[in-house]
Amino acid sequence: MKALFIISGLGILAMLAEIFKFKRALYPLVLIGILAALVANFTEFNNNESIQAFNNMIRFDNVALAFSSVILITAFLWFILANDYFTNETSLTDHFSLVLFALTGALMLTAFSNMTTLFLGIEILSIPLYVLAASKKNDVKSNEAGFKYLIMGSFASAFLLFGIALIYGATGTFDLLAIRAKISEGMPLFFYAGIIMMLIAMCFKVSAAPFHFWAPDVYHGSPTVIMALMSTVVKTAAFVAFMRLFLVGFGSATSVWAMAMAGIIALSLIISNMTAAAQSSVKRMLAYSSISHAAFMLMGILAVNPIYSMRAILYYALAYSVATIGGFTVLYRVEKQSGNTYDDFNGLAKRNPFAALGMLICMLSLAGIPVTAGFFAKYFIFTALIGSTYKWLLVLAVIMSCVGVYYYIKVIIAMYFKKPTHQEPLLIEKSHTLLLAIAVVLVLVLGLLPNFVLSV
Amino acid sequence: MINTIPIHYYIFLSAILFIIGAVGVMARRNAIIIFMCIELMLNAVNLLLAAFATLHNDSSGQIFVFFIMAVAAAEVAVGLAILSMIYRNIKSIDVDLLSRLKE
Repeated sequence: MKALFIISGLGILAMLAEIFKFKRALYPLVLIGILAALVANFTEFNNNESIQAFNNMIRFDNVALAFSSVILITAFLWFILANDYFTNETSLTDHFSLVLFALTGALMLTAFSNMTTLFLGIEILSIPLYVLAASKKNDVKSNEAGFKYLIMGSFASAFLLFGIALIYGATGTFDLLAIRAKISEGMPLFFYAGIIMMLIAMCFKVSAAPFHFWAPDVYHGSPTVIMALMSTVVKTAAFVAFMRLFLVGFGSATSVWAMAMAGIIALSLIISNMTAAAQSSVKRMLAYSSISHAAFMLMGILAVNPIYSMRAILYYALAYSVATIGGFTVLYRVEKQSGNTYDDFNGLAKRNPFAALGMLICMLSLAGIPVTAGFFAKYFIFTALIGSTYKWLLVLAVIMSCVGVYYYIKVIIAMYFKKPTHQEPLLIEKSHTLLLAIAVVLVLVLGLLPNFVLSV
Repeated sequence: MINTIPIHYYIFLSAILFIIGAVGVMARRNAIIIFMCIELMLNAVNLLLAAFATLHNDSSGQIFVFFIMAVAAAEVAVGLAILSMIYRNIKSIDVDLLSRLKE
């Protein structure tokens, strides 16, 4: 709960920095603030009692605290990655406050227990991101990305709201636990229509096929650091919301949504992996691969196993976010030097051995090769799902993972076995070297000691 | 009033409004009209929430309508800002011209 106040307070402080002229101090202040929020989260953890606020609309239980810690860790790493995004004097404070407000929305989504806070959390998360996606003002691609994101986001929000309205009509309440209690009493038909509409809206938000078509365009057009934010912090937050909504709220009505969700997962796995394999740009490949990872996390929700689902998704979100931030660090530097196609990665092992090694480990983790965190992430998702009736999905997921290995390995082959197209070495500044080192260490530690997170 | 008009009428009316809005978002090419269609979808929801709030004799549904209105206003403010930025760059608000990302 304190973390939510600290982050939103920081956002307001960032806006005041313009007036009171302490712009220079803002960057360290934000980093310290995020660390303070993390510490506050740890002190609240395991108090046996969940912290409730706003008339029981927000409930910070252990699940919420664990997920908000994952979000804060990722956000901290992201701020190190994005240090030169915050250099333009005129828009500096705006960018800080927009990112911090988006984080506030993300923290709200980890802890909502009422449809009102779900809706507000999603909007607080999304509206700053529309602006951030369009933040390269003179670049038409960035404008287009922001515009598409806005249209698709508000379209999805309308579906979400219609679903909320129908469910409210059937149950007479917005509270998740009250809705869960009422489901057993028997519901009118439009209640189930409401669940399906909310399922569609949430699939839009987490970009699962067939509602994914906006994601590659938006990711591609946005500035690279904002894409890193969208595919880590935002994705994690959207998944926690999805998980809380469907496991807590609609957990006793699985017969309505489980089949539809299984179809969505199967479609996402096939479309995203097949298209990712055909891309020539690494940035676009990562956009499609993030859809495939979304499908894997959805499998965790589909398992509807109160203990294993939550842990598997928590571990997956952490492993995926850390490896993605690491990958983006290298991609960002390579893109700055030449471009974002596979050819730009040619011979990276000679131009900067450390960056190539970091990229290698992050790609292996995303592909799910043993010893890295990504392998155990997939393993836990599969164990959560094995007890359910959807075993055919596991077979499909394993086949599609193999396709995934192909396009991640393509980056590694370009780095280690191809002749460099650019001769000059790739320079990486110290903070990014440190960030890459942290990401690699986290990926390996999480892979070697997977029970560390699960014991939470 | 709600006693004389059955609740199903409200559900059908807002469903029709919602579908008109959704079709408009997908079919129209002018960005301003797309925004109007999204507003139409949101107002269909508002109507439905207000009807259900009266049906259940519960004010939380009406409070929710206020939240939707506030958020919709914020969304449109951001949307129009992005739109004016696009107009400055390409001198048009036709969404068909926005296809540079489809390579």
